[in-house]
Amino acid sequence: MKAKRKALTHHVSRITDIPGPDTIHRREHPNGMVVLVKENFTNPVVVIDGVLNFGSVDVKRAQAGLASFMASVIMRGTQRRTFQQVYEAIESVGAAVDVSAGLNRSGFGTKSLAEDLPLVIDILADVLQNPTFPEAEVEKERGEILTDLEERANDTQRTASLTFRELLYPAEHPYSISGSGYVETIRALKRDDLERFYRERVGAQGMIVTIVGAVKAEDVFRMWEDAFGNWTGARTEHAPLPDAPRLTEMRRKSALVPGKTQSDLVLGCIGPARAAPDYFSAALCNSVLGRFGMMGRLGAKVREKGGMAYYAYSVLEGGLGPGAWNVVAGVNPANVDRAVKLIIGEIKRICDTKIPAKELSDNKAFITGSLPLRLETNDGVADQITNMELYGLGLDYLLKYTDMVNVITAAQVQAAAQKYFDPDAYALAVAGPIGDRLAG
Amino acid sequence: MATTRRSTRLRKPARRLKIARRNGVLKTTLANGLTVILKENHNAPVATFWCWYKVGSRHEWSGITGISHWVEHMLFKGTKTFPKAMVDKIVSREGGLWNGMTWLDFTTYFETLPVAKIDVALQIESDRMVNSLFAPKDVESERTVIISERQGNENNPQFLLGESMQAAAFVAHGYHHETIGHLCDLHALTRDDLFGHYKTYYAPNNCVAVAVGAFDAKDMLARIDKSFGRIKPGPALPRIASVEPEQKGERRVTVDGDGATAYIDVAYRVPEARHADFPALVVLDAILAGASGLSLFGGGTTNASSRLYRALVDTELATNVAGSMVPTHDPYLYTISATVRQGHTPAEVEAALDAELQKVIDQAPAQEEVDKAIKQAKAQFAYGSESVTNQGFWYGFSEMFADYAWFEDYLPRLSRVTVGDVHRVAQDYLLKGRRTVGYYVPKQGGGMKDEG
Repeated sequence: MKAKRKALTHHVSRITDIPGPDTIHRREHPNGMVVLVKENFTNPVVVIDGVLNFGSVDVKRAQAGLASFMASVIMRGTQRRTFQQVYEAIESVGAAVDVSAGLNRSGFGTKSLAEDLPLVIDILADVLQNPTFPEAEVEKERGEILTDLEERANDTQRTASLTFRELLYPAEHPYSISGSGYVETIRALKRDDLERFYRERVGAQGMIVTIVGAVKAEDVFRMWEDAFGNWTGARTEHAPLPDAPRLTEMRRKSALVPGKTQSDLVLGCIGPARAAPDYFSAALCNSVLGRFGMMGRLGAKVREKGGMAYYAYSVLEGGLGPGAWNVVAGVNPANVDRAVKLIIGEIKRICDTKIPAKELSDNKAFITGSLPLRLETNDGVADQITNMELYGLGLDYLLKYTDMVNVITAAQVQAAAQKYFDPDAYALAVAGPIGDRLAG
Repeated sequence: MATTRRSTRLRKPARRLKIARRNGVLKTTLANGLTVILKENHNAPVATFWCWYKVGSRHEWSGITGISHWVEHMLFKGTKTFPKAMVDKIVSREGGLWNGMTWLDFTTYFETLPVAKIDVALQIESDRMVNSLFAPKDVESERTVIISERQGNENNPQFLLGESMQAAAFVAHGYHHETIGHLCDLHALTRDDLFGHYKTYYAPNNCVAVAVGAFDAKDMLARIDKSFGRIKPGPALPRIASVEPEQKGERRVTVDGDGATAYIDVAYRVPEARHADFPALVVLDAILAGASGLSLFGGGTTNASSRLYRALVDTELATNVAGSMVPTHDPYLYTISATVRQGHTPAEVEAALDAELQKVIDQAPAQEEVDKAIKQAKAQFAYGSESVTNQGFWYGFSEMFADYAWFEDYLPRLSRVTVGDVHRVAQDYLLKGRRTVGYYVPKQGGGMKDEG
């Protein structure tokens, strides 16, 4: 048996390749973009993961949905290609190209065979630099968004999530506003609004692009520079985010979604930003609370013991700003209050009592031990590298990762729980067949 | 741990088993009937292990619908060796992920782990193949979890429509109900029903074990033989011989429900995955509704240049359209689904769909369209091969309706499809008299003309 084990570990040491300063190629360009490349010749696939320096945080409530609407129409026609020509080119080679808006920053992504990378970069450059916002395409997209908003109103998960953010953040905080917009704002946006937002917000400055796959770094740098090196576009600063004070009371709202057999609930507080010093402590705490094994302590209590929900887990948003830290569960409408009581009980327990040493070490082993799985595909590697750049973690982040997790103490985990969660002051949104039972 | 109590003697199955090797895949059968498929993949220091049981909702009938899926849940409730409070944590502690899935033709379980830890998967799977407890208390708490899972599905209008479509499309065959099962059966099934189903279908001779990853195949085979080789074969399997009778005439269903959005599904009867026409139908689907992803975890491409997108979405009748041509053990359905755009009706979408389908019935597609479908499949195949988990899925899944070579030969078979083949299968299978049409009609004004 020992000999066999040796054979296995031999393979491990031979092929372990954690991306770090020696294998990630990084270049900053005068136009403000940063390009990172990681070669991987084990399969014929190349992915691109990009960040653009705009988000729905740059949009006021009266124009909610503008960033997302604009990003969708970017793909719908350029000075060189019609909508159909853009997609015919992409799909003819089985590639995928996507541009979409996010909360703090937006992004683009592609996947293709290595042989088709030049085509994919050419299309990306075209749609990002030369969009024409054709009137007819704007109207097509508008109808698709309005239909999607109709579907959202009939979807308990999406309604609960939207309601939760409205409870958690002050009304004019960009995090309380729907990134997809609302029926009235989407109807009111004009083609010129989209184009203006593009001119004011989309450019090379602040762009991060990570390319991973079966291509030589020098070749891909050259391709990217040829396509984007002369692009400037918009140069703007983000307005500082308004304060997002912690809640001082419990806020609850039940949104009516008629005819449903299950209610979805979202319960939580404002959590740390990704770059916060106690982010890792919070991440470990989140693992214990609602991830590890079958959805952590929440899964054990609400699903396994209570038999009340198919899913009950927790999510730590992180991100550039004060993202949410919340619990999500789907329960029978008659069980909402019982489930909330169990969830609050677990939050209270993690705030009041230090995590036992064995549970802490198990969770550390999970977080650090699962790194190889997260680095298995080009997508997974690109995601990690982009995050290193976006959050200023350093190219040696993954090499230090295990040590950074392992030094965290039970006291630090408890401190993070106490700092961000308050069992008496949280937001609770429920969406289902029972409407609001509270006045107002 | 379980292994320390077992014999440490390593048998050498490679010497006594008939082993087939093909394109780096090793396939063999242990003495107890367990089929084993192994593929080395040294791209990353990870491995995946799957146990595929040939039991799914196809093996159920009214009264016991949902039983296969519920049994799958019970296999996460522990054994004497791995009690439920412990089994949850073992895989996570080793940095792995795991799950179970049940569908029409199969129930499957997998673990993906750093390769040095893959023995954990073998221990858990060999143990729960025969030793799961099905404690009455756990059966009852899982009953409400599964009802909750069903209620979550019911919140989705497209689930409700799909369930009605299956019920209308199949009269005799077990494909007539959703894998989750009917609510009345989820209320009525007993612990003995579940345990009996488990003891009937969970045995090495009804299982395919698949491992893909950075291991040595012969070494992995020895490990699998050590964990599974001592399990006795199960009894003869029940004979499930339902054959769906010929459909004589179009069937139509309507689901009334909440919301403001209407949906339409149109499902044509098509043959099973082993049938010679299957590859041409896959190409036809790609031409009509875009390339299907070959990844278990999504990541398919867009379909804006497909015929149906142009006919339904570009014309602003629908906001999306998708085709589903899934490989199955017995003849199943080719389903086209669309979300009706605000201000339009399912009937308008259906009329436009029919007009577009008539074109491919009347005239063979262009060679470029077939070439495009094959290139798309080639790319999707490469994307799907990036992860060992996904490869493990396909090697095992294809054994449920054919054998692993079905997956290995997927691209060559598609490459042999001609425009004539595509034209012929369009004529043979896109028949109104052999289809089921379903509308989801929302109560809240969906399908009405736009307010402008």
